[in-house]
Amino acid sequence: MKIKEIAQIIDAKIVTGEDKIEREIKYGFASDLMSDVLTLDEEEIILITGLCNVQTIRTAEMANIGVILFARNKKPNEEMLELAQDNDMIILQTKNSLFRTVGLLFKAGLNPVY
Amino acid sequence: MHFEYNIIESDFANAGKASSEIKKTMKQLNIDAQKIKRMVVAVYEAEVNAIAHAFGGTIFVDIDSEKICVLIKDSGPGIENIELAMQKGYSTASAKVREMGFGAGMGLPNIKNNVDDLDIKSEVGVGTEIKMVVNFI
Ligand SMILES: Nc1ncnc2c1ncn2[C@@H]1O[C@H](COP(=O)(O)OP(=O)(O)OP(=O)(O)O)[C@@H](O)[C@H]1O
Ligand SMILES: [Mg+2]
Repeated sequence: MKIKEIAQIIDAKIVTGEDKIEREIKYGFASDLMSDVLTLDEEEIILITGLCNVQTIRTAEMANIGVILFARNKKPNEEMLELAQDNDMIILQTKNSLFRTVGLLFKAGLNPVY
Repeated sequence: MHFEYNIIESDFANAGKASSEIKKTMKQLNIDAQKIKRMVVAVYEAEVNAIAHAFGGTIFVDIDSEKICVLIKDSGPGIENIELAMQKGYSTASAKVREMGFGAGMGLPNIKNNVDDLDIKSEVGVGTEIKMVVNFI
């Protein structure tokens, strides 16, 4: 699924990485626990989370995850955005709850990692 | 090649900086991407542990043509039962640590999964030393 389509389905704002929205994503993974994210081997994934701090971006950096979607209207701060840009990431933000966000994307055919 | 980084107790804002530097260095050395990820995920987990559970410490990195070795030494409080700490789900993380997205009790098992050699030495009241090696060949 293209990032562009994902953003449409959940009515998300593209906070950074507008130039990369044609990129394809294979799987979705939702968690607020960073060590769970760090167990994943898959890299072509979108990380869907309500945890909005600099460690979310660091975790994605270490796990080679290029796309993060913040649910529950969480907004990344300047420092987080800078770090995301340094790592060439795409950041999306939606007002929907984590449950609704994940439900909509699953229904639209985005695959789970497991 | 030898590098050292300092880590400071409860300094969550900077957690991951050293891991990020190590990742960049490994990339510059054209090390296999899978091996970089394995080492960097392990170092990040251990770095966060030293910040979250210990009083900070030092990271020592040694890279040669055959392997990367990362040693993290912290200054207490030590781990009483390493076997228990290694179990998935075991965590004594504080509310503050959980707020930062950690405390699943997955860090040490994650480290074990990712590195080729792991050696943990710990003394209660003194500190913990965690040595991790990823072989290139
Ligand atoms: N450097 C350390 N000093 C003292 N205690 C430690 C240290 N590292 C780990 N521990 C102890 O071992 C437990 C398990 O560590 P582990 O990294 O597996 O999980 P966690 O840090 O609690 O959660 P997670 O890593 O999933 O975010 C910790 O909760 C803590 O009690
Ligand atoms: Mg940990």
